[in-house]
Formats: sequence, C-alpha cells, structure tokens
Amino acid sequence: MSVTDRSRLSLMFRRVLLLLLLVLAGGLAYAVLSLPDQAVGLSDRVRASMETSGVSNPVTAVLLNFRGYDTLLEMAVLLVALLGVWSLGAAAAHRTVDPESVLLSLVGVLVPMMLLMAGYLLWVGAAAPGGAFQAGSVLAAAGILLLLTCKRPPVRLLGWPLRLVLVLGLGAFVAVGVTLMSANGAFLQYPNSLAGGLILFIEAAATLSIGVTLAALFLGGWPDLDV
Amino acid sequence: METMTVLQWLLDGMLVLALLWLAWRALSSPDLFTAIVLFVAFGLMMALAWVRLQAPDIALAEAAIGAGLTGALLLAALARSNDLADRINDDQTVGTEKK
Repeated sequence: MSVTDRSRLSLMFRRVLLLLLLVLAGGLAYAVLSLPDQAVGLSDRVRASMETSGVSNPVTAVLLNFRGYDTLLEMAVLLVALLGVWSLGAAAAHRTVDPESVLLSLVGVLVPMMLLMAGYLLWVGAAAPGGAFQAGSVLAAAGILLLLTCKRPPVRLLGWPLRLVLVLGLGAFVAVGVTLMSANGAFLQYPNSLAGGLILFIEAAATLSIGVTLAALFLGGWPDLDV
Repeated sequence: METMTVLQWLLDGMLVLALLWLAWRALSSPDLFTAIVLFVAFGLMMALAWVRLQAPDIALAEAAIGAGLTGALLLAALARSNDLADRINDDQTVGTEKK
C-alpha cells in the first residue's frame, strides 16, 4: 500500500469517525432537550421510606439499603478488577530508592490523619455525605503513600491475611444477605431495628476491603512473597 | 442577593469553561504525563462542579477516587509501560549487536 493510499484511507476513516461522533452528539443533545421540565424522580419515595432505612443520609440509604444489590455487585467488580491485575503477573521488583526525609516526616503526619479521616467518613456516612467508598479511598491513599516511601507490609501478612481482607467486604455483605434470607426469606431485606447496625457493619468491612484493594491495584501485580 | 446570583453564574461559567478546556487539553496532549496531570486537575474541577450541583456525596467520591486514586493508578501504569518500553529497546539493541 503506497503512502498516498494510506493517507487517503486515514482521511476517510477520520470522516466516518466525525460522522459517527456527530450522530452521537445529536442523539445526546436530543436526549437532554427532550427531558421533562419537572423530572419525576424517586426522591419522594426515598424520603417517604427513610424511617425504615436505619440511616438518616438518603444517599447511604439508597446505596446500602434500598439498592444494596448494586453496591454488593460494585464490591464484586472491584475484586474482579484486582484479580485481573494479579493475573498479569507479580508486582515489579522492589524499588530501593531512599525516600527523602521531607517525604518521610510528611507521611508520618499524614497517614495517621488519613486513618482518622477514613474512620470519620465511615461513621458520618450514616447522617451526612461520606460512606464506605469515600472512606476506603482515603484509606487507599494512605496505603499508596506508604508504598511510595518503600514501606512494605511484612511478608507474613501478604499471604492469606491479605486475601482475607480483600474478600472481607464482599464476604460480609453476602453473609448478611444470606443470614437475612434464611431468617425472613428476602436477600438483604434488613429488619427495621437492626438496619443501622447492619449497614455500619457492612460498610466497615467494605471500607477495609476497598482501601486494601485500591492500594493493591496501585502495586500492580500480585505481591511476590520471595522478594 | 442580586450580586450573589451574578457571582454564582460567573463561577459556574468559569467552571464549565475550565472543565471543557482541561478535558480537551488532557485528550489532545501528546505527552502522557501532562495528560495525566491535566486529568487529575479535571477531576478536582469536576468535584467542584458536583458541589455546585448540590451533590456533595459524589463530589467526595470524585475528588478521592476520580482525581486522587485514578491519577495515582495512571501514573503507576505509565511508569510500568515506560519500564516495559525500555526493556524492549534494550533487548532489540542486544539482538542487533549479536548479528
């Protein structure tokens, strides 16, 4: 294929791409313009059943109670993503760069504060913006800071303890669901009196799992025990 | 009250322009490192936009996951792909020397 042929082909490809993008943009514009002025959302129904949810933050009520299934599947997706990364091979060899003292002292201040912040976000999620994913990502950020300063967890924790923490969130979620199903026949249908406690329990387990999973994703590849 | 609405419109308009500009720069930047930094900046601006849309829950998630962690993951991926490219280049030079 000569050079001119190739450039003509790429020009045609670009034109087709432009056409497709214009169709997509037109479709999106039509969808936005055809939205009703007064959207009939589900917020009234959520507000009406807030008392049975066990929490006072509507977002947490939807994520952990009314649509608990979605959050359960999100946890599963996160775990599958990590399995995908681990299937690529072992993590790159330990980089032995001596971190600067400024970074080290900053980490010494930041990491405890981030742990506190994660705990606060987890707890406050019941009543105000916050929750397991936000708390988990703050936890993961602390983990990434530690990894960047070449602080690795001891090898004995990288075997089954690490894997246990990784599946803890999903496991707790499924365990609660199955227990409730055997008690009252419906998966993840919390009884009113226990809802708040069960949501906090699931969120605490999920926070740990999310934090460790995201930090493990940053490491890239499964931790090599021999290194 | 009047000045407040004008200020809010100004803020929202600047946010939208900054978002569009950052998105375009991030997509069109030939240097991947620059693109990642622009993406992180985009995430932070997006978090502000969520706050303006009165969705603080999503704003928190966007700032922590969208800007912070995704940026860190992208930088890690970039470093690994650079390592890989270096190794392939080294292998190729070794191969030509043997010939």
